[in-house]
Amino acid sequence: MFYNLPFIVAGLIIMVGIVTMVFKRNLVKMIMGLSLVEAGVNLLLVAIGYRAGGIAPIFTNAPDAQMVMPTVQAMTLTNIVIGIATTAMLLSFVMIIYRKYGTADAGKMRKLRG
Amino acid sequence: MDMSRIVRTTANVLLPFILIYGFYIVMHGHLTPGGGFQGGAVIATGIVLLFAAYSYTDLKEKVTLGALKNSETLGLLLFIFTALLALTAGFAFFGNWLVNGGAIFGDMVAFGPNPGDLNTGGVIPIMNLAVGIEVLGAMGVIILSMLSGIQEDA
Amino acid sequence: MKNILTYAALLIFAAGMLLCMTGLEFGNPAYTDMDDYMVENGQVLTGGNNIVTDIVFDFRGFDTLGEATVLFTAVLGIGLIFRRLREDEEYGYE
Repeated sequence: MFYNLPFIVAGLIIMVGIVTMVFKRNLVKMIMGLSLVEAGVNLLLVAIGYRAGGIAPIFTNAPDAQMVMPTVQAMTLTNIVIGIATTAMLLSFVMIIYRKYGTADAGKMRKLRG
Repeated sequence: MDMSRIVRTTANVLLPFILIYGFYIVMHGHLTPGGGFQGGAVIATGIVLLFAAYSYTDLKEKVTLGALKNSETLGLLLFIFTALLALTAGFAFFGNWLVNGGAIFGDMVAFGPNPGDLNTGGVIPIMNLAVGIEVLGAMGVIILSMLSGIQEDA
Repeated sequence: MKNILTYAALLIFAAGMLLCMTGLEFGNPAYTDMDDYMVENGQVLTGGNNIVTDIVFDFRGFDTLGEATVLFTAVLGIGLIFRRLREDEEYGYE
């Protein structure tokens, strides 16, 4: 079981993020849970493309060994930027909601205010 | 609400080095780890350092929101324009029309480890520059909008 | 009642995910044909030493166009939320 420890750790981080999103009532903590899920997915993507004893896929002054797989690293780069955009927009929504309702608790936002 | 004199002096001294380092990461994206997105984030960190040392109301007229919005739009338009120019050179959309040509970034590269040459890469350094300008504008607009939405009286 | 259903669903999901994670093999990827082609021919076809930047901007440049559009749209939404009114408009947040 210890020979593929990075995959198990990535799965645990994703599960902690999902449990945080389901069971917490404060809005900012829900957004932190979503950020944890995205971090776990990035770790899983980079760990899939690893080759034992490999070097980084860059040819400038490179030593003599096999290279790890570069496609999944390109996917991770895109995923990080999309995570930034989503989290920034969600936090702006929370700022406006707090200004309207006076509280950031998800159980108390049930009335429609005009 | 200003910071102390030590913080302001340190920000004044560190800002040019941060900008040069970010520009180095952007321009050497095809030789060393880095590229457009990473270098743009480093340059945006320099601008946020300036906003952390001096208060927001002092710097609102100097580093305006309109300048950062214009730079973000300019970056995206340069990216699309570079991709569209490949249609007039005989390639498909997003083709590398400067590679191995002898023009601006067109030296040839053999296979194998080598010390890098800045003149290679084709259309990739131009795209790195466009994406770096866009990410700098985007991070600046996000930080400035959130700072202006804080209400001081509550 | 609702709490028991939530716990059961989360437990099934966690079991399924950990079962998939232990089935993979670390350090020995399965299908490497496309990546071998990109590492062999990336320098000659593209001209850049950094294979990851070659993939992001040359072999898969269309995905980078989509990502730049997502970033632009998110900043558009944030700039719309924090908009201040000019003097000749009358409707706003209050």
